[in-house]
Amino acid sequence: MIKIAIASGKGGTGKTFVATNIFHVLTQKNVSSVLADCDAEAPNVLSFFESVRKETHEVIQFVPVIDVNKCTYCGKCHEYCTYNAIFILPPSKIISVIEDLCHGCGACTVACEYDAITEKPFPLGNVNICLYKGSHPIIEARMNTGIMSPVRVIKQALRHIGHEAEIAVLDSPPGTSCPFIQTVNQADYVILVTEPTPFGLSDLRQSAETLKTMNRPFGVIINKAGMGNNDVRDYLAREGISLLLEIPYSKKIAGLYSRGRLPVESDESFGIQLLNIIENITAGYGNSNNKR
Amino acid sequence: MKVAITSTGSTSDSKLDQRFGRCSYFAIYDTETRETEFIPNPGKDATDGAGPAAVQIVASRNVKKIISGDFGAKIRSLLDNLGIEMTAIKDPEKSISDIVNMLGKQ
Repeated sequence: MIKIAIASGKGGTGKTFVATNIFHVLTQKNVSSVLADCDAEAPNVLSFFESVRKETHEVIQFVPVIDVNKCTYCGKCHEYCTYNAIFILPPSKIISVIEDLCHGCGACTVACEYDAITEKPFPLGNVNICLYKGSHPIIEARMNTGIMSPVRVIKQALRHIGHEAEIAVLDSPPGTSCPFIQTVNQADYVILVTEPTPFGLSDLRQSAETLKTMNRPFGVIINKAGMGNNDVRDYLAREGISLLLEIPYSKKIAGLYSRGRLPVESDESFGIQLLNIIENITAGYGNSNNKR
Repeated sequence: MKVAITSTGSTSDSKLDQRFGRCSYFAIYDTETRETEFIPNPGKDATDGAGPAAVQIVASRNVKKIISGDFGAKIRSLLDNLGIEMTAIKDPEKSISDIVNMLGKQ
């Protein structure tokens, strides 16, 4: 298996557009593939494929419950908590857990010498597993409203990718923070999608630098080519970053996509371009067995 | 009554810090003695939970009212439960002495 993450710094550049078109064309060619929608804050990959839901796994973490009858207000649990999730005012005998801040590490339970802390499950989101055309899994990470970080839900979703499929396409969340890192860290290769605008370049630069630090190989697709300016191309040439493809800015593509249709369904040459990119990546970076 | 005012610095000329949990200093003003004590906020650069940590600091000093630029969602219920009053002043140009004067006139 080779895992290819589709990412970008900026939102709205076309990550999901590229990921869904690649997955579609791979399944068209009967290449065994899996698509993971890791944009847990706003997953939308499933709206492009008629699929059948097979499984739903709830993602939970454990948060402490404090028994005030046993608590001596010693403050040790508060000291152990790196995330400031336990609020304590010993003189007023007030102690409370701020569940939103809890990372579920369990340190407070270890800290308590008075048996005053138990744990209860706290739902973070779901991992939905669907099948497209009967055999190609689409894994959706979907976090619950109001949860602080999607990382745990993404982590769970990535575990369901398995090793059977030939190609796994990972649709990454935008940005370069933890959710992005979590996704691309699993990838053998990263395709960064950008647009030729100053915003696109600024965020592309951040993502490229992050991936260099992580030692992750990557290339760039310029989406909506024809708008903006030439600075992204100049940057790629200067940095020696490979430009994999330019997708022209087109009202027709935008129109199709907004109706939930993918250009590869009707545009054979676009499909071939994407397949060539995947073939080259597989030839160059496949079988690395990145099991992280 | 003790009032905590979030401050960008450690003197009365310092401006009101618009952030509560990540303010630089707390100016603790005592309306009876009319004295102001400046204490640095150790949670200024905390990765997580700067708000609750700040509540802990001011609440442990028996503060009954906090003046800041804004209050985050995670601490509002906490302060409500503790019976600490929140006053938001969205004016980054106000100095600590300006606010102390306002309190004196109430």
